[in-house]
Order: sequence, then structure tokens, then C-alpha cells
Amino acid sequence: MITIEDILETNRMITVNKLDVRTITMGISLRDCAHPNMRDFCRNIYDKITRSAEFLVKTGEEIESEYGVPIINKRISVTPIAIVAESCKADSYVPIAEALDKAAKQVGVNFIGGFSALVEKGYTNGDRILIESIPQALANTDLVCSSVNLASTKAGINMDCVREMGEVLKRTAELTRDRQAIGCAKLVIFANAPQDNPFMAGAFHGVSEPDKVINVGVSGPGVVKHALEDLKGADFTTLAETIKKTAFKITRVGQLVAQEASRRLGVPFGIVDLSLAPTPAVGDSIARILEEMGLESCGAHGTTAALALLNDAVKKGGLMASSHVGGLSGAFIPVSEDEGMIAAVKAGSLTIEKLEAMTCVCSVGLDMIAVAGDVSASTISGIIADEAAIGVVNNKTTAVRLIPVPNAKVGDVVEFGGLLGYCPVVPVNHFSSEAFIARGGRIPAPVRSLTN
Amino acid sequence: MKLIVTVVGRDRIGIIASVTKILADNNVNILSINQNILNGFFNMILFAEASENSIKLVDLQKKLREQGEAIGVEIKTQHQDIFDAMHKV
Repeated sequence: MITIEDILETNRMITVNKLDVRTITMGISLRDCAHPNMRDFCRNIYDKITRSAEFLVKTGEEIESEYGVPIINKRISVTPIAIVAESCKADSYVPIAEALDKAAKQVGVNFIGGFSALVEKGYTNGDRILIESIPQALANTDLVCSSVNLASTKAGINMDCVREMGEVLKRTAELTRDRQAIGCAKLVIFANAPQDNPFMAGAFHGVSEPDKVINVGVSGPGVVKHALEDLKGADFTTLAETIKKTAFKITRVGQLVAQEASRRLGVPFGIVDLSLAPTPAVGDSIARILEEMGLESCGAHGTTAALALLNDAVKKGGLMASSHVGGLSGAFIPVSEDEGMIAAVKAGSLTIEKLEAMTCVCSVGLDMIAVAGDVSASTISGIIADEAAIGVVNNKTTAVRLIPVPNAKVGDVVEFGGLLGYCPVVPVNHFSSEAFIARGGRIPAPVRSLTN
Repeated sequence: MKLIVTVVGRDRIGIIASVTKILADNNVNILSINQNILNGFFNMILFAEASENSIKLVDLQKKLREQGEAIGVEIKTQHQDIFDAMHKV
């Protein structure tokens, strides 16, 4: 029997601590849409997406209402476009991005991900065209998200692509300079990208996934912080146990929503992503959880250990709550989307070097960080290479979502709006990486034994 | 389907009557009511059961929400599954 306390606890999590389901993401395979003619191909993908996801938003809204838990985003991920567009006779894939954007607007989703290429070992012709099309594609569309996987533990790091992506980021920023370089907020550069990630901007529908699938991403940093507020001075065993129990409860909601969405839409349930995803709202921050553990400000020495504990306990608690776990699963640290991180950058306690260290123990990587407009493409490539190396050697997903804002200088505050938040421009190391990045080629896959 | 109706707001005469009338009119059976007044504030958690054939949950939610607005209390109606999922292993 459910007790009054249980009901009050659940509703307090939702209303006071901002528990929500961050996203229901429908993965849709576009492998059956290929066509040599660009116009036919675009029509095929538009038709398949609008047909498959016709009831996605409505179903999400019904579930949200019936259970009384907010479902913030409804999204679509598709097969990496570089793969399905390869047989098109075209020298630009921008029209495909426009077709995806149109389809996403038609069904009313918040984002569509999958304008992507997987190039950790090298390029095909389709990969090349897609990557060249990214800046214009992101400038011409509102809802399309793009990602490139350029490294993996099994293949090593494609340094030609690392070099190119530095330039692609700069070009994307330039083409959307009138909108604070917003194009870069929709572009993720991955190492070891997961095939079933429901979170944007890095979501795509992997080639080994079924025709359609429902993946759900949970959230709830505020709930974890609230649970820790009662534990002032308690030891770390107690902290970890409390986070596990809280993560279990949060994830059970995600599992329920995923199963219901899957049943109502007649689409198989894929995974629940156990991520703690912050928002710029007060009370929805990862940084504030770390500070609740006893750090004066996020970024202080001890931050990496605190994040490691948080990330691990969230996974342990969440794993038992869901029948299938996948995606990025862990704590996210997107700077501009986390009120506590923004404050820590402003206070000077959180630097890009510390953020890099934090990415060794948490879910993703250097995420939503604004850097100055005069940071060179090769420096950005250097940052990408470092982050890819962390992922490849540690057998984990890492990513880079940097925004080199044209004309912005260190200390300026850049506004992206909505869930993307705002961010002070973060200083980067000003010594050159140019000759290193100019080498190109591949960094070999790492040895998996002798782990020292 | 089993439902949980939560009512919170400033106390006044007739809150329970107006809520339960809507439930009765829509063929919803009440299983248990837990209610008290704290510092002039009315709190009620009501367990109920409804047939999915007689009314859609979203429609019942709307009727109760509108009634709540009319009498100055917040009425939240939820499917019990969310509480079961979170608190039962």
C-alpha cells in the first residue's frame, strides 16, 4: 500500500525539487529511405519521420498529464545522415538538414538529432560531404542537431577529423554570429559515441538499433541535492547510499514513462538513460550537489572526487530501477545549462582545465562552454584531441561542445536562451597547438592491458 | 485504474462535497480519504478507482482542476502507477 508520506515525497520531488523526465526520444531508422535523387530522398525521410512520430508529442503530453510529472522534451533521433545519404548524387547535404527541420516542425518535437557522421577510422565520401555541410546546415535550420564521432577505444583518434572539426566549429560560429554562434550549441564532437543516446545535441539512431525505438532520459539534480541537505557532516558511505536510493526513485519514474510511451506508440522500448541533467534554473544544478558535499565552490580541489562519487552512485542506484540502461548515463556538466557552474566560472573557481579533469569521471565532456572569438581553430582542435584521448584511453564516452563566440572576449557573458542558458566566456591556454594539429593522420588505438 | 487525488488550499465549507460530487458523477469509486486542517490550510489525499471506459483520466483531471480553481484550492489527480513505480520494488 502506498502511504501518505510516499505521495507527499513524490509530489514534493516534482513541484519543489524540479524532478522531471528530460526527454522522450524516438529513434527512427532511415536506412530504408536512401535514394540517388536528392529530392526523392528528402521526401522519403520527411514522410517516414512524420508518419512514425505523428503521435509522439501528443502521447508525451498525455503521459505527463496522467502521472503529473513534467516531460520537458520530445525529440527524434535518426540514422547518421552520412550513411543514408551516401548514395545521393549531391555535393551538399544542406537540403537534407532542411528536410529534417521541416519534419521536426511538422510533428512538433523540440529537436531532431542525427545530422551525423562516424569517422573514427576514416572518411567515406558521404562523411566528407556531411562534415562540410555542417556549418550551413546548422545556420539554415532551427531544430537539427549534428554530431561527429571521431575517436573510439578500438580505432584510436582520427586526427585529420580533429583538425577539420576545429575549422568546422569556427565556420559554424561565423555563420550564426548574429545569434551568439548558436549553431555550435547544436554540434557535438564525440569519442566512443553511444548508439542509443536520447540527449541532444548528440543523439543519433545507431545502425544496430531496430527500425524504431523509444529511449527516455531522466533528470533530477534538485532531488539529489535535497536528499543531501539532510546529511550535513555525514561520511561518504552515507552520501553514496543516499544518492543511490534517490537515483533509484528518479529512474523508476523514467522507466514507467518509457514503458508507457512504448506501449501507447507501439514502438519498442530501448533504454533509460540514467543521466542527471541540469537546467539553468535555480535548484536544478549539478554544481550545487558537489557544493552540498562540502566544497566552497564547484572547481575547488576535491571536485573531481565529489563528481566521481555522484556519477557512480547515480549509476548504481539507477541500474536496478530500469530493465535496460544505456545512452550516456551519468552526471552532465554543461556549463551554460547549470546555474551553479555559471556562478563557479564567474567566481573564478571553475576553469577549463578543471572541467577537463571532471570529464574523466562523469558522463560526457567539455559541454556548452563559450570561448573567445579569437581562439584559433587549431587551439579548438587541441581541446578536442585532449578530450578524445581521455575517452579513448579510459574506454568511456567523451564529447566537446564548445562555442567560440565571434567578437566575444574573456569575461563577456553570452546568452543562448531557454534550456541552453548563458555563460561567461571561459579563458583557454593561449600557447599554440598549431604544429601538433597540422600533422594529421591517426593516433593508434591504445593498449588495453598494463593499465597504469 | 487507481487514482490519487490531492487537494491543498485555504479551508472553507464544502471542499470535500464538491470534489466527491464530481467523482460520483463520473462513476469514480472512493477507496480511502485522508484529510486534515493545518494552520487553516486544507489537506486531503483521496484514493479512488475509476473504470477507463467511463471517463478518460485527462478529462477527469480537467473537471477537478477547474472545480479547484472555482473554490480556491489546488486539485491534482494522478494515476497511482507513478507512486507504485517509485516506492515499491
